[in-house]
Amino acid sequence: MIRRRLPVLTLLLAALAASIGLGGPAQSAETRPWAEIVRDAEGQTVYWNAWGGDERINDYIAWVGDQVEARYGVTIQQVKLADTAEAVARVLAERTAGKTAGGAVDLIWINGENFAAMKEQRLLYGPFTQVLPNFQLVDFDDKPSTLIDFTVPTEGYEAPWGMAKLNFIYDSARIADPPGSIPELLDWARANPGRFTYPTPPDFLGTTFLKQVLIELAPDPAFLQAPVESDAQVEQVARPLWEYLDALHPHLWRGGTTFPAGGPAQRQLLDDGEVDISLSFYPSEASSAIANGLLPETARTFVLDKGTIGNTHFVAIPFNANAAEGAMVVANFLMGAEAQAHKQNPEVWGDDTVLAMAKLSQQERALFATLPRGVATLSPEELGPTLLEPHPSWMTRIEADWQRRYAR
Amino acid sequence: MRRRGLLSYLPALTLAAFLAPVIAGLVGTWLPAFGYFPTLDGERLSLAPWGALLAQPGLAESLRLTLISGVAATLAALLLTIFFLAACHDGRLMLAVRGLMAPLIAVPHAAVALGLAFLIAPSGWLVRLVSPWATGWQLPPDVATVQDPNALALTLALVIKEVPFLLLMTLAALEQVRADERLAVARSLGYGPVVAWLKAVLPAVYRQIRLPIYAVLAFSLSVVDMALILAPLSPPPLAVQVLRWFNDPDLSMRFVAAAGAVLQLLIVVGAIALWRLGETVIALLGRRWIAGGGRGGNGRIAGALSAGLLQALVGLAAAGLLALALWSVTRRWRYPDAWPSAVSLETWARQAPDVVSVTATTLITGLIAAGIALVLVLGCLENEQRRGLTLSNRALWLLYAPLLVPQVAFLFGTQVLAIQAGIDATWLALVWSHLLFVLPYVYLTLADPYRALDERYGRTASCLGARPARVFWQVKLPMLLRPILFAMAVGFAVSVTQYLPTLFAGGGRFVTLTTEAVSLSAGGDRRVMGVFAFLQALLPLLAFAAALALPRLLVGPRRARGMPRGQPA
Repeated sequence: MIRRRLPVLTLLLAALAASIGLGGPAQSAETRPWAEIVRDAEGQTVYWNAWGGDERINDYIAWVGDQVEARYGVTIQQVKLADTAEAVARVLAERTAGKTAGGAVDLIWINGENFAAMKEQRLLYGPFTQVLPNFQLVDFDDKPSTLIDFTVPTEGYEAPWGMAKLNFIYDSARIADPPGSIPELLDWARANPGRFTYPTPPDFLGTTFLKQVLIELAPDPAFLQAPVESDAQVEQVARPLWEYLDALHPHLWRGGTTFPAGGPAQRQLLDDGEVDISLSFYPSEASSAIANGLLPETARTFVLDKGTIGNTHFVAIPFNANAAEGAMVVANFLMGAEAQAHKQNPEVWGDDTVLAMAKLSQQERALFATLPRGVATLSPEELGPTLLEPHPSWMTRIEADWQRRYAR
Repeated sequence: MRRRGLLSYLPALTLAAFLAPVIAGLVGTWLPAFGYFPTLDGERLSLAPWGALLAQPGLAESLRLTLISGVAATLAALLLTIFFLAACHDGRLMLAVRGLMAPLIAVPHAAVALGLAFLIAPSGWLVRLVSPWATGWQLPPDVATVQDPNALALTLALVIKEVPFLLLMTLAALEQVRADERLAVARSLGYGPVVAWLKAVLPAVYRQIRLPIYAVLAFSLSVVDMALILAPLSPPPLAVQVLRWFNDPDLSMRFVAAAGAVLQLLIVVGAIALWRLGETVIALLGRRWIAGGGRGGNGRIAGALSAGLLQALVGLAAAGLLALALWSVTRRWRYPDAWPSAVSLETWARQAPDVVSVTATTLITGLIAAGIALVLVLGCLENEQRRGLTLSNRALWLLYAPLLVPQVAFLFGTQVLAIQAGIDATWLALVWSHLLFVLPYVYLTLADPYRALDERYGRTASCLGARPARVFWQVKLPMLLRPILFAMAVGFAVSVTQYLPTLFAGGGRFVTLTTEAVSLSAGGDRRVMGVFAFLQALLPLLAFAAALALPRLLVGPRRARGMPRGQPA
């Protein structure tokens, strides 16, 4: 027995050793004509790795799957992630093992630090957005975040498909006058102990809340647009954030000792009456949740007077995707007027479009004009100014510091 | 020399099939833990990952949560098992409990955890039932009853899952040590029922259940899916934290994750060693206690207490499953309503496409893994009988290896190897990864009944001229149909439960009811969680029901015709 087991082990060790030492892949721009890509895509299955924590979004992705199946013969399999980093980890594990083609991930819903990490590690396919016909319809002028993702230039490695903006949901039956700024929120929490919380970082909504506080309280938020320079700089810029959280946490739900897993979990807490305020990235989430029986009819939305953080979310293709052509067809479909208008419908998802209305045909514009707005959705004017995302290096530092300070 | 048949190679093949991935996976995890991971520029062995690990914020808290939940759950489950058996050894309750334990074992961990969360959360069903009329709580109380700072909710869920396992393992062991005779002697000497059991039976039976206890300890210390649902999130217990590090977008965290995975293994090894030490100490003290000759009382308090606790656990599990089912057909159910205000099948209808594909994946994986395990185990047992071998204690330890080594401690290494071998994210990798855990359980379930089959049946058939193969197919298999189907159901249930192996080997492409239920648990729609978690619990229960019903269907008519005919169909 023992003699027989040894060779197996040796073999496996040899395999492990052989796997090591394979370098990174070469990246090259997509140059094929669109018609050829569409032809090659037919019959492909696209494994789309997307955060799966929200049923409405999963339903929308299923709808996209039906559409591209019927039009292009491309099948979509959503791989539901709890955290987008899982997909990054998977692509890395594949490169570790020298798998430079036929990878398990074809398309990733991505932005911010995950994109920055993948781009830096050269784990992405492309640039490819220049060959997608619908990419030209994107509103680059008024929505600069479609080209600059958390201050990192996208350079054609990811295709925008939605605009997010931080907003707050509350139950108007319990709160008459919601707070209008970060300092007011602290006063409100003091007056209503245990009735506010935020999702636990590194959940993206929780991290966004930290960034919102950081931007609103930092002496000079301009620093946040450039990469972190030094520990002393972080210490100085972030000090008001930590002072604020130190003051806020004792008045939070569970005394700030534990935090909900994510936005939808906090929305459930709001519906249960455990908290009075929830956070969201989609301006029409409240209306949509009411329609789906997930929030009471009295739920409403509010934003902060000085503006809230907004960003763009994208899809990217890993360097070793098995169905890069199919993935490009899906990315292109996502940027089309029909898919964008369907997505913006609060009864579906309520995620804002990345497109410039001026670039669309009259017929396409009509798709957007006829959308219902929903009882709890603010108008674009009421949504207020959009604040820019800080450079990802800030987010990484702040997240780590938050863990050090509060995850004990 | 007689030619050695295929059968004689089967035990070695079986061991290799599930030890090789574990060993290779451990090596593939240890190398990066000591800095060797060339893809990420880790070219030399170093202790840097350990420095980074120890500097991680919240590590001490993660360890505290891991140790509290793991050790407390094992201790509580063991004590409850012992006192219940000691006090209710020959009661009518015993029969009822025996019947209830198998289905309770079958319910997957994630479903138990979610059901429990639906029950005991501050806005959960229990509080809703008594609010606000009895409690005055117009809004749920701000008390952490799930994801609590001491991981007590996780501990409770672990106890619910581990007591049935320990009870069944102990019940099987009781028969081996002839507990009834020991008890009769002790009772005739005037010992009270509980003390008689503790003094005369426990010392003998404990030796038999030592490995299952260690498996429970190892599992409780490294559980991931239940912890994701019930344990605190910031920081979580170590096993969850290791998984997070593996998934961190900052790729240098891989080294920390690998070191954390090794630490997880060390903790399990250390805990087992300490437990072993504790056994010795207790044995020393216990010997004096036994020799002291105290006769003890009638044990009514111990009996009532342990039976009450056990019934409470079973009740919690059952009510949790009911809560899952109820939420799955809810349209609207706000706090503090005791029942849903609107009921509909809308969630089932909307989820139907997903439900079908996810259930199919779960079914196929479970059936194939359990089927392969059954073939291998039957082959090993038959080989053992034909060649007159018996399984040594050491071999039993090997068998338990996948149950004793924490999953996070080797699955990442295994994943890298699977990618290297080109089988990553395939059915092969998925079924194989499940097989690692299905196989030991199928073996443990089937070995005793197989060996207990009276060998005179086989001998008689041989005397009538039947070759060993025919004896196997026409005498042993039909007679053992019931335990074989039962073992298959156990194997299937174990496969349905697997969370981390599905995640790692399936590459995200294979979604089972378990991965779906756990990933939904972080979301905000209890109705959808209800659908998947309820189905996850239902599938293994159906498997057990089938295992009970099938022999009646298959064997019933045959019995009516008398003895089985010689001709194979």
